[in-house]
Amino acid sequence: MKSKTVGKVISQKCLAPGIYDLEIETKIAAEAKAGQFVGVYTKDASTLLPRPISICGVSDDKKSLRLVYRVAGKGTGEFSGLKEGDDVTLLGVLGNGYDIEELKKIATSNGVLLLGGGIGVPPMLELAKELNAAGVKVISVMGYRDDKTFLLDEFKKYSDTYVASEDGSVGTKGNVLDAVKENGIAFDCICSCGPLPMLRAIKEFAGDKPAFISLEERMACGVGACLGCVVKTKEVDHHSHVNNARICTDGPVFAASEVEI
Amino acid sequence: MRKTEVTIAGVTFKNPIMEGSGTFGSGMEYSEFVDLNKIGAVVTKGVANVPWPGNPTPRVCEVYGGMLNAIGLQNPGIEVFCERDLPFLEKYDTKVIVNVCGKSVSDYVEVVERLSDEKRVDMLEINVSCPNVKEGAIAFGTDKGALENITKEIKAHTKKPVIMKLTPNVTDIAEMARVAESAGADALSLINTITGMKIDIERRRFALANKTGGMSGPAIKPIAVRMVYQASHAVKIPVIGMGGVATGEDAIEFMMAGATAVAVGMMNFVNPYSTIECVEGIERYMDNHKIEDITEIIGCV
Repeated sequence: MKSKTVGKVISQKCLAPGIYDLEIETKIAAEAKAGQFVGVYTKDASTLLPRPISICGVSDDKKSLRLVYRVAGKGTGEFSGLKEGDDVTLLGVLGNGYDIEELKKIATSNGVLLLGGGIGVPPMLELAKELNAAGVKVISVMGYRDDKTFLLDEFKKYSDTYVASEDGSVGTKGNVLDAVKENGIAFDCICSCGPLPMLRAIKEFAGDKPAFISLEERMACGVGACLGCVVKTKEVDHHSHVNNARICTDGPVFAASEVEI
Repeated sequence: MRKTEVTIAGVTFKNPIMEGSGTFGSGMEYSEFVDLNKIGAVVTKGVANVPWPGNPTPRVCEVYGGMLNAIGLQNPGIEVFCERDLPFLEKYDTKVIVNVCGKSVSDYVEVVERLSDEKRVDMLEINVSCPNVKEGAIAFGTDKGALENITKEIKAHTKKPVIMKLTPNVTDIAEMARVAESAGADALSLINTITGMKIDIERRRFALANKTGGMSGPAIKPIAVRMVYQASHAVKIPVIGMGGVATGEDAIEFMMAGATAVAVGMMNFVNPYSTIECVEGIERYMDNHKIEDITEIIGCV
């Protein structure tokens, strides 16, 4: 059940310039899984709406959530100042996560290929962990701008891990798909989160193989009421009846073949 | 024993709290957070005669103390609404106000007629902030003649009580209130959102795909209180006040300005428990100020 609740900061550290790693003790962690997100509230009353931030990790005891986010504006700027013991108000957990059982059924020979780009990297980590725990072979290809990478060592715990960087300073020079091609990576299906141009390229690249992509959009309510964060869908969707699915509640994970991006 | 009931056009609400249309769906999404039985009414998102796809994204953006939206009244159309949303609301002991939108008078009339025999519908609220496509896309509610005409037409096609939801994007809200009243409106609700704009200075682009959007949230509350005061003093029919309501105290303020009931809008998005907290806030205020009947404070300033 979703709720708005106050959690407590366990720790926060800076992983790379502008990238923060925030661990929060919260009751909503009990139901959290890979691909879901939470709304994080600022203390500044001029910025009222919760900031949607994806879940990078759920602690083994299901008592805390790890959020790895990029400082993009006033709200996330405030979050970067949170310290151990601080209260932080959350709304969640929101959205549907990845369907681990379904992925397990699909990934019978070559495994699941995880593609994360930039701030799309963090949500892939919890997915790598959950797939690994379910006995699914995982290959991770993470893309960064330069050598200021983050979370790579942790991906190595759960998967064969490859890197791409735009400036070529680490791994393959180029994007995640360049790295997939360069390394001749075989896969049964793709799960991905990253900027829209990357997701468009992945949808194209996947061809007949299943690809699941995590979308983002400007959101207000986060619970499916305001209809702010919609994406065009191929089929008439069950809720809107106008080929507009709600990213917050019908997603944020969609089969790439079902959405028009 | 405190009495929180209010009556509008013969419909009695257990308390004066409802929602701003479009901020609460048909109640389904928020039924996970609040007990709909405890709210005066559920005000549905605007519904048209046919499905509307709405605007391109981004549809929402945050502004100081509020937000802008240009959803474009996306809705699944009246048939889906009657088959899915009304049966859902059947389960709850609350009043149901269906918000109606359209692009022409005949669009509105079609929806109003379709709803006339639906027992679960207690009242209709007419969104006249939609562009009238037959008249140069000027919003019905910004033109006296258009407002008068649409009010009369709707009243002629339904026996359900009709609330005309006024737009604040006019020069003289009192005049618009009088026009709607004399054309037969049973009640008024205001304010709808105030047209605004935000520019993303990093990208040199409009923040919303639609360029303009309706502003809502606590930042607009003083404007809303002023307009509710002006409108309610210009007419004899009841007024439902809204615009930035976050707490029971805000609701009390609107009632003192002249509102008989009060709607919570954008704040549902910020705090999904807002409606219930407003109900509890009103009750606390009544206890603290030894008010036995909430109607005592309506228009008391």
